[in-house]
Amino acid sequence: MHPRGHARRILPGFHLSLGITVTALSCIVLIPLAALVAKSASTGVGTFVEIATSPRTLAALRLSFGAALLAAMVNAVFGLLIAWILVRYDFPGRRLVDAIVDLPFAMPTAVAGIALAAIYAPNGIVGAVLDPYGIRVAYTPLGVAVALVFIGLPFVVRSVQPVLEELESELEEAAALLGANRLRVIWTVLLPPLLPALITGFVLAFARGVGEYGSVIFIAGNVPLVSEIAPLLIVIRLEQFDYAGAAVVGVLMLVLSFVLILGLNLFHASFRRSIGNG
Amino acid sequence: MTAFCTKRLLDQALAVLALMFCFAVVAGVARAQQDVELLNVSYDPTRELYREVNAAFIADWKARSGQTAAIRLSHGGSGAQARTVIDGLAADVVTLALAGDIDAIAQRSGKIPLNWQTRLPFNSAPYTSTIVLLVRKGNPKGIKDWGDLAKPGVGVVTPNPKTSGGARWNYLAAWAWGQKAFGGDDTKVRDFIAAIFRNVIVLDTGARGSTTTFAQRNIGDALIAWENEAFLVLEEFGADKFEIVTPSLSILAEPPVTLVDGNVERKRTRAVAQAYLEFLYTPAAQALIAKHFYRPRFQQHARAEDLARFKALELVTVDGAFGGWAKAQPQHFGDGGTFDQLYKPAR
Repeated sequence: MHPRGHARRILPGFHLSLGITVTALSCIVLIPLAALVAKSASTGVGTFVEIATSPRTLAALRLSFGAALLAAMVNAVFGLLIAWILVRYDFPGRRLVDAIVDLPFAMPTAVAGIALAAIYAPNGIVGAVLDPYGIRVAYTPLGVAVALVFIGLPFVVRSVQPVLEELESELEEAAALLGANRLRVIWTVLLPPLLPALITGFVLAFARGVGEYGSVIFIAGNVPLVSEIAPLLIVIRLEQFDYAGAAVVGVLMLVLSFVLILGLNLFHASFRRSIGNG
Repeated sequence: MTAFCTKRLLDQALAVLALMFCFAVVAGVARAQQDVELLNVSYDPTRELYREVNAAFIADWKARSGQTAAIRLSHGGSGAQARTVIDGLAADVVTLALAGDIDAIAQRSGKIPLNWQTRLPFNSAPYTSTIVLLVRKGNPKGIKDWGDLAKPGVGVVTPNPKTSGGARWNYLAAWAWGQKAFGGDDTKVRDFIAAIFRNVIVLDTGARGSTTTFAQRNIGDALIAWENEAFLVLEEFGADKFEIVTPSLSILAEPPVTLVDGNVERKRTRAVAQAYLEFLYTPAAQALIAKHFYRPRFQQHARAEDLARFKALELVTVDGAFGGWAKAQPQHFGDGGTFDQLYKPAR
């Protein structure tokens, strides 16, 4: 018999649980998003296109998505490293480091933003070191990326860590015994099985960064066309009671995020299949 | 084993119930002590002022009516506060940064009559303020007036007029100075304002945010700020670090107050809310107003040393120079208004 045939499922309660799932998903995600799209549609096509293609909107979207992408890439590298350290080595304070990784999850984002701005401002601890070299972090687009690295880090670590724990270190030892140098061990033995988890963490960190408002607002400078993020544009439109205009920017971000995340997930899936077959 | 578990569960449940009962009793006692509760939805820099005014009013109201009043405060950017009231926050009174924000509540929620500004003396503004410049000690960039903010190499900090009520006063004050300096030549005024905003390094969303950026993070050479906020910086951070530069001309900022009729009717709090707003015009409140660096309407009630801090300067009004908020708001801060036009990139 075909494993996915139309016969009775062995697990009971499919219809009930699917019903609950769809209802919950509708209440929490689908209906609000539909309302957002409906609101933005109330502006008419002309206004929609005008807002969507205005230089300020484009600059803000470029900054939000660019900084989130950069931050997710930084996190992919350092998050992997942190996960590796936490899994493979035992050192005093390991559990403490393990707990600290989760802090960006728990901390109010405003607190994170203010702390980062204080540290990276030209008179802050780190900012004072960078300032003589002409590197300004706080109140520049670079500051946006720094804030997004902060809030995105746990996503990568927590995605990669369990997979790495499952991966036996004997594999690496065997590769080394067979004469592979360290770089080759990382490249051909370690990375391929980790890649799906790494991509998941990357996508989560990226998605979180695109929509982040609370922490970024304190470190960004918020100058239009330079350091103004797209979520701030939404808030600005709300402040002038332009709910529909705010919805337009919201829908743009939604569509862009959805396309990017869907693309990454599809890539992820095809990659998994190719690993499975190979 | 199971019996033991059940017993433990029961014990825990009982403990939780007992705790909840204690909370309920405490909350009930606290409730019984207050007869009436008001919610004052205000803007950012009024925290210190209303904290003291509330205490004085509660004592006054107790003496007059025998009722114990409790007043809750909500602070935030003026525009954002107006929006929460429109969206349904049950404010009894609003005390915002500018009439335009209360107009918005009146037009969009219908909870305030459109002629609200005529209901209390002095355009419903029991205190005024103005916009001044705050610079670092010794004034290293030699900033004396609005014109100096447009010079190359001067770093300016101001909040975003789109999100901050105070920033709208800042913008109009600079505009009013430009109109006088350039003899009403609109193009030159626009260029002047554009030059100032090219010098803006950080555009925070609220007045408090800008103050922090300038005073605590050491960013920029000049902060465009509420007069009361500038004095507060001197008090908080020390007069040895900053100086207030009073420009030759500025704007008369009238932060207005009004009842939210729709809410006080429903909550039956009209009498006490009305008394609260009228209290702001009494000698006691006017003295507190001057103490907290706002300019009182009745100077005779304020202490002389408080009044001595306010420098005399030429003040224009929004009604006189800009035809009122109903005209100035869309013209300068609406979608595609003069502020938006500043940020059109060069083609």
